[in-house]
Amino acid sequence: MTTTTGELRPAIVGAGPAGVRAAQTLVAHGLRPVVIDEAPRAGGQIYRRPPAGLAQRTARTLYGFESKRADALHQAFDALRGRIDHRPDSLVWNAQDHQLDVLHNPTRGTSRVPYSHLIVATGATDRVLPVPGWTLPGVYTLGGAQVALKFQGCAIGRRVVFMGTGPLLYLVAYQYAKAGVQVAAVLDTARLADQLAATPAMLSQPAVFAKGVYYVGWLRAHGIALHGGVRPLRVLGDEAQGCVTGVAWQDGNEERTLACDAVGFGYALRSETQLADLLGCRFDYAPLHRAHLPVRDAAGRASVEGVYLAGDGAGIMGADAAEWAGERAALALLSDNGVAVDTARAAELERRLDRITGFRHGLERAFPVPDDWAAHAPDELVVCRCENVTAGSLRRTIADAGASEMNRLKALSRVGMGRCQGRMCGVAAAEILAHATQQPLQQVGRLRGQAPIKPIPIRLVPAEGAGA
Amino acid sequence: MSGIRKLQTEVAIVGGGIVGSSAALALRRMGVDVVLLERDFCGSRSSGVNFGGVRRQGRPLSQLPLAQRAHRIWGRLPELLGTDGEYVRSGHFKIARSEADMASLERYRALSSDFDLGLELISAARLRAECPWLGTRAVGGSLCIEDGQANPRLVSPAFALAARRAGAQVFERHQVDEVAHDGALFTVRSGNELEVRAPVLLNCAGAWAGAIASQFGETPPMRSRSPLMAVTEPLPRFMAWSLGVEGGGIYCRQVERGNLVLGGGTGITLDADRARAERDGIATLAMQAVELLPALRHAHIIRTWGGTEGYLPDREPVLGPSRTTPGLFHGFGFAGAGFQIGPAAGEVLAELARDGRSDTPIDAFAIERFDEQPVSSLVPT
Repeated sequence: MTTTTGELRPAIVGAGPAGVRAAQTLVAHGLRPVVIDEAPRAGGQIYRRPPAGLAQRTARTLYGFESKRADALHQAFDALRGRIDHRPDSLVWNAQDHQLDVLHNPTRGTSRVPYSHLIVATGATDRVLPVPGWTLPGVYTLGGAQVALKFQGCAIGRRVVFMGTGPLLYLVAYQYAKAGVQVAAVLDTARLADQLAATPAMLSQPAVFAKGVYYVGWLRAHGIALHGGVRPLRVLGDEAQGCVTGVAWQDGNEERTLACDAVGFGYALRSETQLADLLGCRFDYAPLHRAHLPVRDAAGRASVEGVYLAGDGAGIMGADAAEWAGERAALALLSDNGVAVDTARAAELERRLDRITGFRHGLERAFPVPDDWAAHAPDELVVCRCENVTAGSLRRTIADAGASEMNRLKALSRVGMGRCQGRMCGVAAAEILAHATQQPLQQVGRLRGQAPIKPIPIRLVPAEGAGA
Repeated sequence: MSGIRKLQTEVAIVGGGIVGSSAALALRRMGVDVVLLERDFCGSRSSGVNFGGVRRQGRPLSQLPLAQRAHRIWGRLPELLGTDGEYVRSGHFKIARSEADMASLERYRALSSDFDLGLELISAARLRAECPWLGTRAVGGSLCIEDGQANPRLVSPAFALAARRAGAQVFERHQVDEVAHDGALFTVRSGNELEVRAPVLLNCAGAWAGAIASQFGETPPMRSRSPLMAVTEPLPRFMAWSLGVEGGGIYCRQVERGNLVLGGGTGITLDADRARAERDGIATLAMQAVELLPALRHAHIIRTWGGTEGYLPDREPVLGPSRTTPGLFHGFGFAGAGFQIGPAAGEVLAELARDGRSDTPIDAFAIERFDEQPVSSLVPT
């Protein structure tokens, strides 16, 4: 390789843990990457920073155990100032011919960002398996509830129930309780037995495991009701008033209810893969993630030359793994272009990433996605709220028209055809399709990505040639 | 593995778009045995992802007999398919943006007068009064009140489903790898799964039909193109008509839910199977849309897409018998305008398959019309 670094124009999409460490690594090797991020300030979702004028809470209170890591990441990013081309508030809505189409949200201006190499660190959103009543105002995803707390400095309600499964369930409940919100209960679809069975695998990351144990212990010690092995039945609410009044769940043979005015729910996270899709990356089914994901090698190289994948956008591995994967992908980008890199460091990062895979298996075992969700989803349940498509109408489409694949189901039923383009409802629709057709989840396929990645104003100011 | 499945039938059809599927349905209604092979899902390509215009107005006169026949089929959609496919005779309005355009629309009305399309010219003054939502560049236009729109995602698969219900054997996700003819029977093979033998073969493979034709020594100069489509988020209903523009460029319609479906320009072909919208095309289409319909100026585009369709140089389809091979009939190359006439093309193919002839005039679509083409133009690009 004879490339000089001066010819490289790397771009990084996403300024979370993966994107920040990738940028730092490229800068350390003399490159000046473009870093494009939808948020006004870097940090991603987990280390999301409040707007500058709303910083009344300290990092310690905002991020708890993670405050050191959050501080470190923020400081690492701040130290890059002037050495990267940072584009905050910017949505990448299309990719084509080695150029990204970027919409700057506050001004609605558009630009084209050419790149020679691209690190895709697009992160994740909540994995949503809806429950009747979830469309009521006052129902949030766990991630949404956390963003409200961290970014907007407010809670989703006064008396909140957290419901679903996954590590975020206990973390958000803990953060809410610490912030002084009354947590009415934590309802986990996983059973205690799941957690016990998973303990050996989880001990591969003892510090992370200890934090999880701590949250649960803290919640218990503070008298917050924790129920395992539940099946959420519905969010109770006053339709006319448009508010949540409680939740109902199945506990063994017993139906139980609890009053609350807000609900946070979710089943861990799902990767944001649309950009990788538009770039033409090859996807495969990843059983651990219960999803079709863009394939990558151990260093993060995608199937498309010059494209690298890092962080939760390529598979949910958590914030620490995202930092390592971001750095590893940047090293791969550099070495692929003839830049000398610390190969021992690269190997160490790969070892760490490999080790965390065992922990991830443990997490899936501890907090399994309820695989009977589709069987219990009532016909009147709204699955796709953009298009108001119910579980029943999906089942009718599948039965009457013989839809056996996700894009077919979308075409015939409108599921995933609205503003979110399936980012919220796709997981649930796939579960229903797999269940109704008695196919394994991997066989129902995945929704094809189409530009724009998120809705764009029709009055786009046309970009003049190459941006920058 | 239980080995290849072998079927013998009266008519084999390659391609489950609206043409192939409606041919299958028509054949079953005649009592003819038929097997249809579709590489993906029926109606999942151009037939299912097009604009959804169901329009006769503006078609070449050569297509009007077919379009009229199709118009009658569209009117019976629920009876034929068991669904209306969101088909509505909402009116199709062709906009004139200059006096010259207006004159051209007037000429078209005169030329097509034999076909009873019911075209009505609308003046600028009347347009201002009745359609305040139209942008100022529209100086008038021509309305075909009985033309309309439908949801292609529903209609095209519904033809295939209806054919299947009527007894057609429809094999989806069965790509045809090999077609042969022994002088009496065609053999169509899909991988190691399926082999179909039939005395009659209908080539309805859309953008991919050229490959089949060329196996029988016919290579019409077909190119693939991908019309670009976009859709906005739902907006309050303000427009019933489906709109086109004289001279082309942009077309749009508002669906029951309120979304505006926009079409115009060309997408990019990614590979043999896939196409997508292209950034400059999206920007141009968006600009034209706001100019045409100022009410859109605050809307968001939520999705763009493109299908892949075959185009012949004269933008007319190939519809009729092969000139080299008895029993082979073509129906492809509809140049992005096959949705409305597709069901009639299917019926004509069914008649050709059964009787060798059809009462609907199709001479203009004969594959022979390319015989005089210089060799250089036969190279597909």
